[in-house]
Amino acid sequence: MLIPHPILGLRDAQEFTYLGDAALIDRPDGLANPEAFHDYLYLRDNPAGIHRELWFHEQGDRSWIVVTRNTVTHEILGAVLAQDVARARGRSR
Amino acid sequence: MRFSALRVFREALTGHKGWTPTWRDPDPQPSYDIIIVGGGGHGLAAAYYLAKEFRRARIAVLERGWIGGGNVGRNTTIIRSNYLLDGNQPFYEFSMKLWEGLEQDFNYNAMVSQRGILNLFHTDAQRDAYTRRGNAMILHGADAELLDREQVRAMYPFLNFDHARFPIKGGLLQRRGGTARHDAVAWGYARGADEHGVDIIQNCAVTGFRIRNGRVLGVETTRGYIGALKVGIAVAGNSSTVMAMAGLRLPIESHVLQAFVTEGLKPVIDGVMTFGAGHFYVSQSDKGGLVFGGDIDGYNSYAQRGNLPVIEDVAEGGMALMPMIGRARLLRTWGGIMDMSMDGSPFIDRTPVEGLYFNGGWCYGGFKATPASGYCFAHLIARDEPHPTAVAYRLDRFRRGAMIDEKGQGAQPNLH
Ligand SMILES: Cc1cc2nc3c(=O)[nH]c(=O)nc-3n(C[C@H](O)[C@H](O)[C@H](O)COP(=O)(O)OP(=O)(O)OC[C@H]3O[C@@H](n4cnc5c(N)ncnc54)[C@H](O)[C@@H]3O)c2cc1C
Repeated sequence: MLIPHPILGLRDAQEFTYLGDAALIDRPDGLANPEAFHDYLYLRDNPAGIHRELWFHEQGDRSWIVVTRNTVTHEILGAVLAQDVARARGRSR
Repeated sequence: MRFSALRVFREALTGHKGWTPTWRDPDPQPSYDIIIVGGGGHGLAAAYYLAKEFRRARIAVLERGWIGGGNVGRNTTIIRSNYLLDGNQPFYEFSMKLWEGLEQDFNYNAMVSQRGILNLFHTDAQRDAYTRRGNAMILHGADAELLDREQVRAMYPFLNFDHARFPIKGGLLQRRGGTARHDAVAWGYARGADEHGVDIIQNCAVTGFRIRNGRVLGVETTRGYIGALKVGIAVAGNSSTVMAMAGLRLPIESHVLQAFVTEGLKPVIDGVMTFGAGHFYVSQSDKGGLVFGGDIDGYNSYAQRGNLPVIEDVAEGGMALMPMIGRARLLRTWGGIMDMSMDGSPFIDRTPVEGLYFNGGWCYGGFKATPASGYCFAHLIARDEPHPTAVAYRLDRFRRGAMIDEKGQGAQPNLH
């Protein structure tokens, strides 16, 4: 698989490590709401089809990327910087 | 129809005209007492034990494709009970005992071969870890032997003992471990279940559940609605998508695992062997092919095929362990979809929907579990209480902090 890195262009997926469901960006306060934290950590999206997921460019520029990929065909439909996703949700970094 | 040596002899003399189909091909009834969804090893075994051990009921197995076309027909056939943790080891040892009597029990040749499984270690720390594991196995009534380097050399003289980075220091051997013929396990359970009156319905995908007042009434399928008092789900890699139809989210991700087989070679590896410094394991089939595998690809997938980097990684592991494997030609590679759970251990449990039961999260190790998983799932469905060896396999264990994390990796399914 080739991941279209938003800054570096097409990169081999082997340069990245995989974390999973992009919803992991939105971590709830586990002390205030343990139940929400349980669901956040353990009950992730696992669709057959379009999936938004976090990849880390470990052997590259070490940025986190949100990749949109079809889990049935492995086709990669897009990639954006995770920090841009987080900022668009009102986070400071 | 019972299989026996006498029967084979008689058929040989009469032109093999007396063999009948191994199971019937019935149309679905309007309703059943119990429906099992998924005609893999676990679903078929559950139906078999339900019908044989627990109670006479009207039972059906619904399979989307053909039985045995999922992971049960794609795995590398290793059976073992060499786990460490309390929640796991008694269950896998129960499974091993069922394997030992399986062929007599269901009167079918599943080619169960207790050829031994050897886990190699390469450092002193790893020796300590395997010593501890071996002790845990023995305490739970399984067998384990710690071999030193020379004992391993006597078994497999061709291994790369003096690898500069990963010298072989010994191994943990479970002699009762080994392999079984995967397809025949599915067929044997299917035949046994059919003989006890279970309807095995192929080309019948479940597309939804009918649930009223928190209770399951039946399933929508590509062959129409089928009513049921109880429904058990055993769909392996499709667990999340099927349970989503009942409105449930699971602590599971689907990942692809690949396997490999070489052209047929003369006998060279008579047991099963795992490399301790990378992810590579190998055995030799009765046809002579070296059957081997390694890591899952590592990203969510429903594709039933993997990518080249993992093939390269597995080949590197093979070359580090036994350089002569480089001369063998690869015949085929394929992939299957694993239901990887958040702690690497499975689930056999009730669900919040009354009458709906779930079996899944088997990761890449569910073949060895097939007999016990079927037995314990049948126990749960018939009696509404878990079998003593499967009490830890609850869906709410993360909420309670009672994970069964053999590898100590945390909630990261692709690392288990
Ligand atoms: C390459 C590879 C190597 C492996 N090696 C080993 C090993 O050496 N040792 C070991 O112990 N384990 C191994 N495993 C794991 C093991 O194969 C699985 O854990 C186990 O087979 C899963 O249970 P099953 O047999 O019931 O699954 P499956 O055979 O996958 O059965 C599930 C069935 O459900 C059906 N289904 C899905 N959705 C629906 C629906 N909506 N309606 C109706 N039916 C549906 C599918 O078609 C499928 O037939 C390996 C797996 C793979 C892929």
